[in-house]
Amino acid sequence: MATKGQVADVLRPPLDEAQVRALRVGDTVTLEGTLFGIRDATLIHLIDRGRTTRLDLCGGAVIHTAPSVARVPPSPSAPVGYRPVSVGTTTSARMERFTEPLMRRFGVRLIVGKGGLGADSRRAFAALGGAYLAVVGGAAALETTWVEAIEAVDLDDLHPESLWRFRVHGFGPLLVTIDSHGGDLHREVEDAAQARRADVLAGLGVTP
Amino acid sequence: MPEVLRVSPDLIEEVARDLYLRALKVLPADIQAGIAHLAAVETHERGHAVLATLQHNIVVAAQTDGLLCQDTGLPLYRITIGRDVQVDGLAMKEAIRAGCARATREHPFRSSVVHPLSRHNGQDSCGIRIPAIDIDFDERVGVLDILMIPKGSGSENQSWLKMALPADGVAAIQRFVIDCVLAAGGKACPPTVVGVGVGGSADLCLKLAKLAATRPLGSRCEDPQGAALEAALSGAVNRLGIGAQGLGGDATAFAVHIELAATHITLNPVAVNLQCHSARRARAQITREGVRYGD
Repeated sequence: MATKGQVADVLRPPLDEAQVRALRVGDTVTLEGTLFGIRDATLIHLIDRGRTTRLDLCGGAVIHTAPSVARVPPSPSAPVGYRPVSVGTTTSARMERFTEPLMRRFGVRLIVGKGGLGADSRRAFAALGGAYLAVVGGAAALETTWVEAIEAVDLDDLHPESLWRFRVHGFGPLLVTIDSHGGDLHREVEDAAQARRADVLAGLGVTP
Repeated sequence: MPEVLRVSPDLIEEVARDLYLRALKVLPADIQAGIAHLAAVETHERGHAVLATLQHNIVVAAQTDGLLCQDTGLPLYRITIGRDVQVDGLAMKEAIRAGCARATREHPFRSSVVHPLSRHNGQDSCGIRIPAIDIDFDERVGVLDILMIPKGSGSENQSWLKMALPADGVAAIQRFVIDCVLAAGGKACPPTVVGVGVGGSADLCLKLAKLAATRPLGSRCEDPQGAALEAALSGAVNRLGIGAQGLGGDATAFAVHIELAATHITLNPVAVNLQCHSARRARAQITREGVRYGD
């Protein structure tokens, strides 16, 4: 999603608070190394039902996803016997209420998703030092080429909504759309659209 | 008397399997053209970059034999049986279900289907009443037509029904459509096809919205008043500035599609169902000559 002329910064999680607070809405980044996959069921079980995981998410980046995978014999390129078939991104808004506990309890710093998050996430990013990185949704064929391997998996009874640890290379470009300074591009666009509502209805000859 | 086309369940199972895979990998020509058109006229730099990424993704999916979108959808099959076609209806439904499960296991890809209460995933894209199978009839002689739609949930979650009042008129319908598109924002993976059902009963109205959302781009509502309304609303939604992926720009929707049904004197129902930019569908026409795939 890089716009012309911008060069993407490379981020290699785990990240500290200062690295994440340096990000501003409009920046373009790519991820290198470790990216965790989480989703509705993963978060319901980890946060609402108090299940634990042996994977360390501290300082990490997570993506709202549930991949298609193929079972393969374990090998150096498939250490847990899964090959990625399709790794894409799901709508983040459903998981809004999990951002704060994901950061506070698990130390997550970055959330990759599509469609944006809400006011509670914006506040959590500001208070704890986090950011949201937008990827183009529905472009999983491309996104999958950025995933080198599935390095680990936990809570796999929730498959495909397991907790995944991907090894990624050149994962992006991703656009910083919510930062730790109150910036939120999704809200800006939504507010502007809402402000056009009356004019758009008037164009149809309809009262607001 | 024309010879009757007899279609075996085995063939239907193969076709149901192949259709699911084709739908997940090849975007229909009208949708590809729709993305190209929106990219050509987009004035917003970020919106243009998103649309270019969508076009690149289509190319990568073809090069890698990959899935266009990670969401393998809720599987829907629409079967249209022409004249002089003979098929065992129950066996046909079982074959569709078997083909759907085989596609999931044999490719393999993610089963996106769970029990609605236990949330148990059977890992075969099947469950109670899923795949959803619609059966209808038409006048084509010797044709059995199967349309497969893996309906993505990002857009399906953006679905609404309003039982407006007759006194609220067409204005209520227009206001509702605009407000639904605003509420969906970037969550439904715009650019979308905004499917609108008007009239009927509550359940029929929602069904019409889904039919409208999955109609090919360039098609029009058969009713002249409906066609005029969808043209006006198509222009209107793209003046909201939500844009591709909700990141701003002109490409909020490919189009607004409307399907109508007669309704009761006391009713004025309107339903909205969105279809995302990965507006996947695949069609097979089974005739005496064999199986022809398309969209």
